[in-house]
Amino acid sequence: MPKVAVDGEIIDQHELAKDVWRMEVEAREIAREAEPGQFVQLQIPGGAFTLRRPVGIAEVSLQKGTVAFIYRVVGKGTKALSRLTAGTVINVLGPLGHGFSCKAKRPLLVGGGMGLSPLLFYAEHAKGKADVLMGGRCERELFWQEIYKPHVQEVFCTTDDGSCGTKGFTTTLLPELLQKGDYDLVIACGPEIMMQGISKIAHEYQIPCQVSLEKRMGCGLGACLSCSIDTTSGQRRKVCKDGPVFWAEEVFDLA
Amino acid sequence: MSRAINMLDKRLHTNLAGIYMNTPVLTASGTFGFGEEFAEFVDLSRLGGVMVKGTTLKPRRGNEGVRITETPMGMLNCIGLENPGVEVFLQETLPRIANYNMNVIVNISGSTVEEYGILAEMLDVPGVAAIELNVSCPNVKEGGIVFGTDPKAAEAVVKEAKAHTKKPVILKLSPNVTDIVTMAKAVEYAGADIISLINTLLGMEINIHTQKPTLGNVTGGLSGPCVKPVALRMVYQVAKAVNVPLIGMGGISCAEDAIEFLLAGASAVAVGTANFNDPAVTMKICDGINDYLAQRHLESVQDIIGAAL
Repeated sequence: MPKVAVDGEIIDQHELAKDVWRMEVEAREIAREAEPGQFVQLQIPGGAFTLRRPVGIAEVSLQKGTVAFIYRVVGKGTKALSRLTAGTVINVLGPLGHGFSCKAKRPLLVGGGMGLSPLLFYAEHAKGKADVLMGGRCERELFWQEIYKPHVQEVFCTTDDGSCGTKGFTTTLLPELLQKGDYDLVIACGPEIMMQGISKIAHEYQIPCQVSLEKRMGCGLGACLSCSIDTTSGQRRKVCKDGPVFWAEEVFDLA
Repeated sequence: MSRAINMLDKRLHTNLAGIYMNTPVLTASGTFGFGEEFAEFVDLSRLGGVMVKGTTLKPRRGNEGVRITETPMGMLNCIGLENPGVEVFLQETLPRIANYNMNVIVNISGSTVEEYGILAEMLDVPGVAAIELNVSCPNVKEGGIVFGTDPKAAEAVVKEAKAHTKKPVILKLSPNVTDIVTMAKAVEYAGADIISLINTLLGMEINIHTQKPTLGNVTGGLSGPCVKPVALRMVYQVAKAVNVPLIGMGGISCAEDAIEFLLAGASAVAVGTANFNDPAVTMKICDGINDYLAQRHLESVQDIIGAAL
């Protein structure tokens, strides 16, 4: 999987929901190579920021030669990214890390918050084979439903306040879905506590599960060890290079 | 490709304490892994050397919690010398990176004076170009910082390493001292072949929302463009005071920065944090130094070293 650092033109950037932005960048080499679950490191133009920002790949268009990212504004760096307009050139380093297993016949995607961004690429790639279970605090956070609908068979929702779908968390609804469904892979991305819960339930139902971890990163290339984690085997692993996708049992104690 | 670059880089050829370098541009320990991580972006043989990730006698898992945070024009890190240990380095890493045809400079950290000798001896093997003594890691509790702030202790570490290896010995100075010149003179007197400077500056950040330090280790090492003026000043002062060659580093992110360090008396430079922002930055720095020399009709980088002194 060759990695490149390319200057690409932003062809579109708009706000999808409050503080959530979608940026589409022309980067043909990256679009061609990227696999669902991989990420890029975006250089913030202008030289004021020392570090790049890691962002999951949310969509790829081979026809246009573009990659799209959906990200939340959480600090100064992402604020600066959100202010860039179409026509601006941005340096994109990627594709980085290892993505999800794409061999499943009937995957269930489980996402919380911005974890739904890299899962979208998977949903597109799975060409209608996947279902998605999405969780949020309230209906407003689940603006993702319309985005996912063209790519999946079913969209299941949970909200903390019950304003949309089942009241509760993704872990509330998951047992029922696994009981009824014919899923052969669960893929989770979201808060770590959520992924841990999802992993345990998938394990109970004996369905393989992959999770995508998030850690602060420096280089994104496996060199600086900012994102090292412990694994259940006792080995140290780098989220940027060995991940961000891991099998649930590699990173969570499921026993 | 190597040969073509060799010819183009003729002005940049450098010999540092017997280490032949295609260019005077190295990469700083801890920011460039073992070089191989950057092989898709950099011609590693064009670099003066790769100062590989800090190596210790036993494996270290490093610090818990948040290990990196961005600061204005820089960053703080507290990795804590995570590494697989010298034996794994010798058995697995070194054979794997041998094909890149680069100068491998092994950065070592000991928790006692004796450990520096043991490490130096173990690393006195083909494929290692030099040893860099890390006496200034701000992120480990034992050893490190003590050897880096006490001239007598630094002297002892250099002597111990020199007694156990035939390779050139580089000592990396800490900026976290009152008088860096005293430290530099002490390690020169002890027999260091090269002095590299500076390591990171001790700093911290507090998260005002959690009201706790951001970094898992509370404090961390500050690096990036914000430290460059401090590093440059220290290189300038040390260059005036010692005769051993210097490898200058601290916030270098473009050719102009590198040239400043050369003018201040560094015989070579190392690039660290800037590799994170642009993995190919070292190649651009080599090109930029070359252009600077060509524009001035200078035949060798030697012609500008220490020109500002």
